[in-house]
Amino acid sequence: MRKAISIALTPDVALGDYVIVHVGHAIGTLDAEEAAATLALFAELAASGAAAGGGVA
Amino acid sequence: MKYVDEFRDGTLARGLAARIAAEVQPGHRYQFMEFCGGHTHAISRYGIAELLPPAVRMIHGPGCPVCVLPIGRIDQAIGVALDRGAIVCTYGDTMRVPASRSLSLTQAKAQGGDIRMVYSAADALKVARAQPGREVVFFAIGFETTTPPTALVIRQAAQERLANFSVLCCHVLTPSAITYILESPEVRRYGAVPIDGFVGPAHVSIVIGSRPYEHFAAVYRKPVVIAGFEPLDVMQAVLMLVRQVNEGRAEAENQFLRAVTREGNLAAQRVVQQVFEVRECFEWRGLGEVPFSALKIRSEYAGFDAERRFGLVYAPVPDHKQCECGAILRGVKRPTDCKLFGNVCTPENPVGSCMVSSEGACAAHYAYGRFRDAREGREAA
Repeated sequence: MRKAISIALTPDVALGDYVIVHVGHAIGTLDAEEAAATLALFAELAASGAAAGGGVA
Repeated sequence: MKYVDEFRDGTLARGLAARIAAEVQPGHRYQFMEFCGGHTHAISRYGIAELLPPAVRMIHGPGCPVCVLPIGRIDQAIGVALDRGAIVCTYGDTMRVPASRSLSLTQAKAQGGDIRMVYSAADALKVARAQPGREVVFFAIGFETTTPPTALVIRQAAQERLANFSVLCCHVLTPSAITYILESPEVRRYGAVPIDGFVGPAHVSIVIGSRPYEHFAAVYRKPVVIAGFEPLDVMQAVLMLVRQVNEGRAEAENQFLRAVTREGNLAAQRVVQQVFEVRECFEWRGLGEVPFSALKIRSEYAGFDAERRFGLVYAPVPDHKQCECGAILRGVKRPTDCKLFGNVCTPENPVGSCMVSSEGACAAHYAYGRFRDAREGREAA
């Protein structure tokens, strides 16, 4: 899917960046390192949850 | 899609749910309000409510832009289109909100009003350039996420000296609404819902940053965790809230680190500051008049302010008598507590604003939650 968006609100954006789009405007850029860290934390928490056996399903 | 699918993984969600269940303290109940309609939608759509242990209850907050728009403001937009012959441009969700005289913007369009749905504020500006002989009004609604694009078009219109373009500004502010939920006299009258913490909005926080919540968390002794819109983000935020409650902390924390910084988007804040200033008072549907909770256009840009241009006067209009949107927006009642829910009031034919947008508590429950109710009913029987 291709869509033209405005980057007037994210002047520092560079080619290859991921941005978050709201009503046709990029309102922020996505930090790839933080995204990877969050995913790693999910995996860690989920593993410790499963080990704790506190299942609800 | 990258940065989306990974944050929706079902196995991880169950693992996170187990972690939350392991950390809730026996005999303790946790009630958290997700302020933002995007989270309300995610919680219903991905079945997060079912994944959470019974001790954790999510309360839907008033952060759905269409839901909090009062009838009187929609009446103004309809009036400008029908009585003043202006072209009114607005976001799609706004079109179906019920207003006075059994009208909505969609129905006013059917009666001959030149009302156009736009995807972006910039599209409204294009209409004004293409129709120099007509007045073009952008009916601007929403929280801090839609405000910067509106500021950009007003600044652009001023640079181009567009004489036929103006904005009916109904932009509202998140922090003042969150505060108002906890301290307004009406909320006390309705009976307050005990709220142990807040899931802070995702996109709004990208713009304003995490800092505005720090004062709130400290003063009201309520934990706030800013969360992304994906289901795993919400689950992790709930875990962080449970931990704050267990440890007796009340801090503003940020789960959405990949997009939200403490300072927020400064370029966006600058253009908003340049074009808008705070209104002393603004009516919210469901909350009533909330002081310092909305924006108006600065006098330097008065020529682009539809309220001044058309001499509009605001007249408040009460909601449908049996509609419970007010109590639902405050978290005091659930959609199923409303007599109109699902019979008289449906997404196809909404009576109240919470049924209009997919982010509204009633529409989200109608689309996803009522199947859960039906299943639980069968199991109980």
